[in-house]
Amino acid sequence: MSEEKKPVQNSSCLSGTGVTKIFGMGKEKTVAVDHVDFQFREGEIVSIVGESGSGKTTLSKMLLGLISVTEGEICFQGKPRDIKGYRKKKEYWKGIQAIFQDPFSSFNVFYKIDQVLLDCIKMRGGARLPYEKKVEMMTEACRFVNLKFEELTNKYPFELSGGQMQRLMIARIFLLKPAILLADEPTSMIDACSRATILDMLLKLRDETNMTIIFITHDIGLAFYISDSIYIMEHGKFVESGTAEAVILNPKAAYTKRLINDVPKIHEEWDLSTV
Amino acid sequence: MGKTMLEVDHLKTKYITRFGENVFAVDGVSLKIEEGKSLGIAGESGCGKSTLALSLMGYYFAPLHYQSGTIKVDGVDITGMKPDEIRKKVLGNEIAYIPQAAMNALNPTQKIISFIEDVIGAHDPSASKKEIYDLARERFEILGLPESVLKKHAVELSGGMRQRTVIAISTILSPKVLIADEPSSALDVTSQKMVIKMLRNLMEIGFIKSMIFITHELPLLYNVTDEIMVMYAGQIVEHATAKEMVFDPLHPYSKGLMGSILVPEKGARDAKLTAIPGTPPNLKNPPKGCRFADRCRYAKPACMLHPIAESRLEDGRMYRCYLEEKELREVYQDE
Repeated sequence: MSEEKKPVQNSSCLSGTGVTKIFGMGKEKTVAVDHVDFQFREGEIVSIVGESGSGKTTLSKMLLGLISVTEGEICFQGKPRDIKGYRKKKEYWKGIQAIFQDPFSSFNVFYKIDQVLLDCIKMRGGARLPYEKKVEMMTEACRFVNLKFEELTNKYPFELSGGQMQRLMIARIFLLKPAILLADEPTSMIDACSRATILDMLLKLRDETNMTIIFITHDIGLAFYISDSIYIMEHGKFVESGTAEAVILNPKAAYTKRLINDVPKIHEEWDLSTV
Repeated sequence: MGKTMLEVDHLKTKYITRFGENVFAVDGVSLKIEEGKSLGIAGESGCGKSTLALSLMGYYFAPLHYQSGTIKVDGVDITGMKPDEIRKKVLGNEIAYIPQAAMNALNPTQKIISFIEDVIGAHDPSASKKEIYDLARERFEILGLPESVLKKHAVELSGGMRQRTVIAISTILSPKVLIADEPSSALDVTSQKMVIKMLRNLMEIGFIKSMIFITHELPLLYNVTDEIMVMYAGQIVEHATAKEMVFDPLHPYSKGLMGSILVPEKGARDAKLTAIPGTPPNLKNPPKGCRFADRCRYAKPACMLHPIAESRLEDGRMYRCYLEEKELREVYQDE
């Protein structure tokens, strides 16, 4: 495990300076994300950790281009990001894809599984491939996530379990092979042992395609296990960032210390007196 | 040895589906909790943890039905009681239950104090409002909740505060057993810690005599409970002390579960996360032999043939596996 996680010094894949999001105005103004700077490198696994209300989901929506940026600039693959208009946005989404927390609401309920996967092939420019070739690609993608395409074909999303749906989401990513995968709490709705399966798959995906994976999570243990670098977010700001080891084993910011201290552990005493 | 607070013997409860099929979600569970002890129940989603919690109350409503077995609360068998009797005599003052989304269960139009009036009034109609208020205030003070909460509505409280309020309300009659079903899984780590501290407090002061804590978060379970039971497909597959369970699991399924623990500690990055392949069996027609066999790495053909009985070690530790303790330890060692 440890030799895989040596620091990657690749070119910057996604970076931002002074990225800010303000909701509402005047008295009702809420600064959800407050002048954050970041640089995610190619092939790196990054975690953004924070409690609920810290602005991590708002940031992820901005990164995906689902909501506009109030202030600041986001650079994608070295160039300032331009996603004005639907066509440009669609082009951008070929480079960045997401897995969300709730697998049940991630799929169009009227689409069969085949359609979901065929759309991915189409997006990658494979619309004119012969059907046999497409089936082959879909079968391969399903095999990657330990699903059987023969069992899924002609089914609707609601016929699958939560874990299966989340894996199918990863199969989509496997077909699309985006430069960046943004995973917003991908394992918080599935239980501990399926979580290991999902994480293994994401690691495999990174190793095979050199994808940048951005984890948005509140689970420090998970962030520590999987990431190369960690950003800790509090009230819309990054209070600490660095390599996973540095941030978790040697935290500097008081907030990070509190967060780590509040997580139940198994080898160390859990200090209950601090709350 | 403390007094036995809850004793459950071969409890079997079932769901009856629309098509009349029986699904035994709790299939022959036996457990025992002594005064001052807490018991944790772990397992993946759909293994019957929450159904067990519901079944332990003795209060059944469709589609959940009672099949067989006994539940004794402080020596009194509650399985034969009528639902009305259970509501009046058992729920609240003998067994209290905190469901998963408890904090969303508070009626938004009622003040917190009126919930407490409801709870106490149901069991002691003669109590005056003043008495109830004084009792509630005192209780809230001991538990570190501000008195002002009593006069507020649920929506005015934060998630963590709401959850702690719910716990305070449901334990106001000092029940003998508290069943907490994922009481902190929707909360942030800091609020979670406050909830846990409060539960510990309740135990120490003696407001609750014993506790059953259900969650799939194993590090939490390790820190909260004295003993842990691992449940799989409606059955208990292993029952041991928290320490034994986390550091020295015996059953292959427990071993898989413990291998999925993620904690922010030194060395955690180098540990290999183990995943259990496959999915749990369909309980409509469970496998004849070991229910875990088709996902087990150590399964032998003999595992599939007959139902596996519970085996006990000398120290009272229980596990349900075809292999003997020695064989299990050997196969684990070989890896």
